[in-house]
Amino acid sequence: MIQWLKDLMQGHAPAPVSPHLMEPGGGGGAAQAVDTDTPTLARQLALVIDLNVCVGCHACVTACKQWNTSGMAGPLSDVNPYAAEPTGTFFNRVQTYEAGSFPNTDTVHFPKSCLHCEDPPCVPVCPTGASYKREADGIVLVDADKCIGCKYCAWACPYGAREFDEASGVMTKCTLCVDRIHNPLLPEADRKPACVKACPTNARLFGDVKDPNSEVSQAIRERGGYALMPEWNTRPANQYLPRRVTPAAVAPSAPPSV
Amino acid sequence: MFKSLFSESPGLPLQDPLAEPNPTAQTTVKCTTCYMCACRCGIRVHLVEGDKGPEVRYIDGNPDHPLNQGVICAKGSAGIMKQYSPARLTQPLLRKPGSERGAGEFEPISWERAFDLLSERLAHIRATDPKKFALFTGRDQMQALTGLFARQFGTPNYAAHGGFCSVNMAAGMIYSVGGSFWEFGGPDLERSKLFVMLGTAEDHHSNPMKTALSKFKRAGGRFISINPVRTGYSAIADEWIPIKPGTDGALLMALLHELVRTDTLDHAFLKRFTNAPQLVVLDEGEREGLFAFDPDPAKGPPGDGRNPHNKLVFDRTSGRILNAYPEGIADGCDPALDAPPEGHYTLADGTRVVPAFALLRQRVLSCTPEWAQAITGIAADRIRLLAQELGHAALTQAFDLPIPWTDAWGKKHPTTQARPLAFHAMRGLAAHSNGFQTVRSLAVLMSLLGTIDAPGGFRHKAPYPRHIVPNYRAFNDPDMVKPNTPLNAAPLGFPASPEELAIHADGSPIRIDHAFSWEHPLSAHGMMHNVITNAVKGDPYRIDTLLLFMANMAWNSSMNTMAVRESLNRKDEQGEYMIPFLVVCDAFQSETVAFADLVLPDTTYLERHDTMSMLDRPISEFDGPVDSVRVPVLQPLGECKPFQEVLVELASRLKFPAFTTPEGGRKFKGYTDFIVNFEPQPGIGFLMGWRGENGDQHLRGAPNPKQWEAYAQNNCVFHYTLPENMHYMRNWNRDYLDFAKDKGWRQRNDPVQLAIYSDTLQSFRLAAQGKTKGRQPPEHLRERINTYFDPLPFWYAPLEDAAIDLKAFPLNAITQRPMAMYHSWDSQNAWLRQIHSHNYLHVHPSTAQAAGVADGGWAWVESHWGQVRCMLRYSEAVEPGTVWTWNAIGKGDGAWHLAPGSDEARKGFLLNHLISEELPLPQGAGAPAGAKVSNSDPITGQAGWYDVRVRIRPAEPEEAAQSFPQVDTMQPVPGVRGGVAQVMRFFAGKSKP
Amino acid sequence: MRPAWSILLFTTLSGTAQGLLLALAVASWLMPLDTGFALMAIGVAEVLLLGGLLASFFHLGQKARAWRAAAMWRTSWMSREVIVLPLLMGGGALWWLGLYLGASPLALQALSAAVVVVTLALWVCTAMIYACLRFLQEWAHPLTVINFTLLGMSSGSVLLCALASGMGQTELLAWLQPWVLASTLLAWFLRRLALRRNARLSPMSSLQSATGIHQPQLVQKSMGMSSGSFNTREFFHGATAHTVRRMPWVFQLLAFALPLLLLALLGTQSLLVWLGAVLLQFVGLLAERWVFFAQARHPQNLYYQTVS
Ligand SMILES: Nc1nc2c(c(=O)[nH]1)N[C@H]1C(S)=C(S)[C@@H](COP(=O)(O)OP(=O)(O)OC[C@H]3O[C@@H](n4cnc5c(=O)[nH]c(N)nc54)[C@H](O)[C@@H]3O)O[C@H]1N2
Ligand SMILES: Nc1nc2c(c(=O)[nH]1)N[C@H]1C(S)=C(S)[C@@H](COP(=O)(O)OP(=O)(O)OC[C@H]3O[C@@H](n4cnc5c(=O)[nH]c(N)nc54)[C@H](O)[C@@H]3O)O[C@H]1N2
Ligand code: SF4
Ligand code: SF4
Ligand code: SF4
Ligand code: SF4
Ligand code: SF4
Ligand SMILES: [Mo]
Repeated sequence: MIQWLKDLMQGHAPAPVSPHLMEPGGGGGAAQAVDTDTPTLARQLALVIDLNVCVGCHACVTACKQWNTSGMAGPLSDVNPYAAEPTGTFFNRVQTYEAGSFPNTDTVHFPKSCLHCEDPPCVPVCPTGASYKREADGIVLVDADKCIGCKYCAWACPYGAREFDEASGVMTKCTLCVDRIHNPLLPEADRKPACVKACPTNARLFGDVKDPNSEVSQAIRERGGYALMPEWNTRPANQYLPRRVTPAAVAPSAPPSV
Repeated sequence: MFKSLFSESPGLPLQDPLAEPNPTAQTTVKCTTCYMCACRCGIRVHLVEGDKGPEVRYIDGNPDHPLNQGVICAKGSAGIMKQYSPARLTQPLLRKPGSERGAGEFEPISWERAFDLLSERLAHIRATDPKKFALFTGRDQMQALTGLFARQFGTPNYAAHGGFCSVNMAAGMIYSVGGSFWEFGGPDLERSKLFVMLGTAEDHHSNPMKTALSKFKRAGGRFISINPVRTGYSAIADEWIPIKPGTDGALLMALLHELVRTDTLDHAFLKRFTNAPQLVVLDEGEREGLFAFDPDPAKGPPGDGRNPHNKLVFDRTSGRILNAYPEGIADGCDPALDAPPEGHYTLADGTRVVPAFALLRQRVLSCTPEWAQAITGIAADRIRLLAQELGHAALTQAFDLPIPWTDAWGKKHPTTQARPLAFHAMRGLAAHSNGFQTVRSLAVLMSLLGTIDAPGGFRHKAPYPRHIVPNYRAFNDPDMVKPNTPLNAAPLGFPASPEELAIHADGSPIRIDHAFSWEHPLSAHGMMHNVITNAVKGDPYRIDTLLLFMANMAWNSSMNTMAVRESLNRKDEQGEYMIPFLVVCDAFQSETVAFADLVLPDTTYLERHDTMSMLDRPISEFDGPVDSVRVPVLQPLGECKPFQEVLVELASRLKFPAFTTPEGGRKFKGYTDFIVNFEPQPGIGFLMGWRGENGDQHLRGAPNPKQWEAYAQNNCVFHYTLPENMHYMRNWNRDYLDFAKDKGWRQRNDPVQLAIYSDTLQSFRLAAQGKTKGRQPPEHLRERINTYFDPLPFWYAPLEDAAIDLKAFPLNAITQRPMAMYHSWDSQNAWLRQIHSHNYLHVHPSTAQAAGVADGGWAWVESHWGQVRCMLRYSEAVEPGTVWTWNAIGKGDGAWHLAPGSDEARKGFLLNHLISEELPLPQGAGAPAGAKVSNSDPITGQAGWYDVRVRIRPAEPEEAAQSFPQVDTMQPVPGVRGGVAQVMRFFAGKSKP
Repeated sequence: MRPAWSILLFTTLSGTAQGLLLALAVASWLMPLDTGFALMAIGVAEVLLLGGLLASFFHLGQKARAWRAAAMWRTSWMSREVIVLPLLMGGGALWWLGLYLGASPLALQALSAAVVVVTLALWVCTAMIYACLRFLQEWAHPLTVINFTLLGMSSGSVLLCALASGMGQTELLAWLQPWVLASTLLAWFLRRLALRRNARLSPMSSLQSATGIHQPQLVQKSMGMSSGSFNTREFFHGATAHTVRRMPWVFQLLAFALPLLLLALLGTQSLLVWLGAVLLQFVGLLAERWVFFAQARHPQNLYYQTVS
């Protein structure tokens, strides 16, 4: 019989994916089963974010905002900009997490924008076709002229990567700076996402994750790049590089008891 | 079914990502220098034509700029919102006659009227009693000009923000190694293996530091952060060592103990390049604790007129006492670092002496790791291991760079030895009242391991290193404050002995801020945080006009903010304000603007000319000097006028000698003309690039009328790369010292011996002990000077600890810089304020729970001085005895043109309300009852921001869910730009929406 | 998820209309119907559908472009819904027209059969909009489709009863009562099952999987902004935990227990009783839909928890 009905009658709940199933500190992306239903593209541009060096400075946040507000996805509205509870549309946020407990605490700064999933759940749900994934380079975009602002795609994104622009009534999201990276009017050196160019620690790498020789592919391979929420098989193109600790070069003469 | 997923269908996208309006099609790019903070990165401003002229499309880092190499930070990237901020002032304002100060009632006036008013008033002051004019400037980077203005005016009452900022860091290291962190030098992470960062959250060199840190980590370097809090940079540290605030001195002393105990020292370095082997007099009396020297003035390198240089060492090879230089460093000599078994050497005249290092050894003997553990909260084992790590990096992992160099005594070194151990420290050490000695202990530690201007260690940036003590005396002669006469010395400088203090014969201060007085003798950057309090008390005298530039003294740069605001309004019996005339030059409607009598609207950094000069604090790199400029890329808004122009105009009207031709006419047309043509020394001006009539001379040369154009064409920056043999060891590098003297960066070419032992400090102590014939401190300060002017570094508890009941106030409260906000001035920025519109007090869960406050709950934070109500956030990344918050997020209601009831005002809070600007003076001999001193470092006058002790308790449920204290709502001033829509849709050029 | 009024209204109104049409069509196959009554009933259903449609417009940021929503029927359940809803309205209108013009019984049967098919399809489309979001575990289950259908059947038949009692259609009323009882009890039972399932769900995503930081103790300290954003509003119900706990009881009472009790105690003949039942149930269903949204925990919320 249908399993779900059985489960239901017996009161079983589906088992959550145990975090232990994922290799600590990475491997998630590589180990992930490839969903054979969906074709994969020959080229997939993406960001690889190095949590090992990100200091949480938010440069990528405002660099993104300023490029995009007057760019193809702009303007990006700000509501109550100078009153109580200002809010606005940003494509990129830098969050902070604390892991472990004092004194063995890790503070992790965690930038997050659209991950340009290879199997993006946000795209097929869109009723208008405003959300689409470009065949040429895998960038997931919203066509602001088609979008009816139903917000359904945002519901379909497990990562909270889309932001609805209340003033323009359309969905927005990271465009991977499509209007920079392919822009013939910009000098070659500037054809990179605004956030990548801004980042003082170079924590944001940009390139084609399908090209095994690209900087991003190498980084993913060598540094254990991993995907977020691998349990949903969205196959995010953006990946994250975990923290790495350089230990003391000398052995303690007596075991330290920090 | 999924096929369609990958086609850009149905049909082509309506919106072509690259279609018109193409965001870049019509942009023009102009280079200038950022000033969203003091880092001063090179930026490219991309402009599009709008209805009313060019608008900023975006700003990115200039890839051709040596400082930031193309990167930019969160603030810099939000420059658009600074430019178009509704809080911008647009016209000069005069307080309405009869209105109360602080009520914010102004009438707009013309610049002509403003200049008339000012020049009339200032001319009168200058002609009668020039010290009644005080000029204090905050976060500016143009102290060469403001300092010149004050000096030409003839007032000693001038300082910039250094005193409340980080003078402990500057002075502590400059008095020890001739340079400091900050703009003066930094860690050479490119070549380092171990990096130890103490008490730094963001600092001035913020973009380059981030870039270097990332490269360092990726290259496998090990990064240790010592900080009560793990955020920001510390977050990516390989190891976080939490420490109790104000106790780093103890940690560093224990590390010194370990290094000395295990003989983990760079002996050769100590003997040649530091005063460690030099002999200190033990006999009681006038020379006690000073270095013995050869009375023959011809011996040794020339003295600097302040300290003898012909000091002595004991040569173990010959068993004789020799002149330290050059005999003591001759081949075959082996200067002793330690005392002989009998405890001392004896000079020919019978004086008992001992190498300075021996005194240090004695000093650190009791500073065991166990001793430090009890103070710092860091396990003794960890301290021992850290000492091992330091030694391992500096000595075991050392390597040679194939760079030959010659030292000051002519010795050719075939290679340059790297010491791949780098430190960086900032206000976590500096902003404590024990900061100077803490920083000294760090400097001494670095010196013991030879990591001073060595590859991989601490490295200087031109014009540093300076002499120890720098050859810049602060103005100190009360008789030289004369009508219509410039001062005979700059208002700020570096005292080398009690004789150089700025005091009257009776020992009372010359300056309104009490800088360079017995209260704070080495206050090299002045004491801006005392100005308002003292001026209102009339201590030592009353002033007439206070001009504040770029400082928000009625809010975040004052301790005890509410009292300061009250003081600004205080009147005497005649009903006159205690500070009769307050002039504020600001670009925005800050809290302080409300209190002004006259408001001068400044331009933004995109609208003005400016210089980052070698005469000031340039942006030099390790490999050579760098200066830079700002050029306007936009027209000034409304009637905004650059303060630079205002100063040149006033200086011309007041006929300051430097601004007046011999015939009595005006010398400079304006600021740009001044910059090009003003020469403090022949061939040296504010800018060092493209000098000479044809612009082909650098560093030194005749004025070049086209100098601005040359900078504008070259990314607004001039970078002079020194030859490789001058990159390192510049304290003693013959070629560099000669070169630097020739280019006017130094007055002399003497080597700069590191001061392991500070005879300068000892000279003050001797005075306090009554052992010298010269100036002596007033009775009530004798004990204070005697205690803190220790020639060897030591740790003492921050002064507030002694003044309060530590059991009642068990927690340390500190602030940190948020990377995406600059002090108080970014709340007017729509994008940045969305990141930090209010702040929380971060507390370890155990501490908060013990106090009964929930995560996110409202709590009272109380110090011995005041209380604030704020929201709490639990955090595992803070040492349980410490609480912290982001600095200057909380705002006065209505300030910065934020709507009344903004998050900043209702949910944000300022820690400053808890910090007292004064402490009771310990009741020793002669202290007048109730006497107070500034809550500052007793040596440098550095504000002790991070000393405050607090306790927390939950807010009562019936209390308002709003921060406390609240101030009256500031009303919008006339002419403030305003124009705030409920929904803002910024699109440069306005063609799209 | 944030329960948006527009969606609550749309789904309950259109569900009721669908249930009404379904019951009416089936009845029309099994017994002779008064044409006037049928016309009126279909009319009411059409009005409800229209109301729902209108309500749904309020959810859109760009209302004028709503027509575009039909484009992606091959992939998007929403697109399909957008197609099927007008179809149903059209089908209903045709049926009405057929009745009005006195079409042949065969044609009428064909029309009503078509209406039934489209009605069922609309339930599937509407419910699948939610059920296809696989990481919204509370929704991603066949029960979502079943419940949408059963709840509509219940409320539609109750409404039809009210109409029937108002218009003196005693035969139909009698015929409908077991239908009401069965669909309401079944809807209640299965909705309870869904509640039980949801209560036992453990989220597949964790902060660890969301960030890739594999430490058991992991807390967000800052979501990257101190004020809100779309992501902090759209995916949070904004109600207290207490309300969220209480609401399932409220809706079970209003949507199922009270209407049934009312009918059992006061009899099924009075129009007033039926109207009372309709009203109670309508409010109850709004509450049910509120719970449906509020209980759905979106994994994106893992990223938006803390301000500091
Ligand atoms: N984004 C941004 N950048 C800025 C500024 C800004 O406002 N915003 N301000 C500029 C200015 S004016 C300055 S002065 C610099 C200051 O730059 P920093 O010195 O980096 O700034 P603070 O925020 O004072 O950082 C002090 C650090 O020391 C730690 N700390 C406090 N007490 C102690 C202690 O006793 N021991 C140790 N080891 N650590 C301690 C705090 O936790 C904090 O991390 O930054 C400059 N750069
Ligand atoms: N509790 C606590 N208090 C502190 C500190 C701390 O760590 N903790 N840090 C201290 C330190 S290190 C410092 S440096 C001070 C900083 O304190 P301030 O120097 O008072 O700080 P800012 O907020 O930068 O204020 C500078 C003023 O300059 C104005 N301004 C901005 N741009 C321009 C411009 O282009 N032209 C002009 N004319 N004005 C402009 C701003 O509007 C603002 O009013 O704060 C000190 N206060
Ligand atoms: S991150 Fe979200 S918005 Fe971006 S492609 Fe994936 S599902 Fe879509
Ligand atoms: S909001 Fe726009 S992009 Fe998103 S699903 Fe609706 S129509 Fe598509
Ligand atoms: S790639 Fe472009 S749009 Fe995306 S986060 Fe970076 S700057 Fe923003
Ligand atoms: S700019 Fe770079 S370092 Fe700064 S928050 Fe973004 S990713 Fe991290
Ligand atoms: S660090 Fe940022 S704000 Fe400061 S000067 Fe550089 S770009 Fe501007
Ligand atoms: Mo500062």
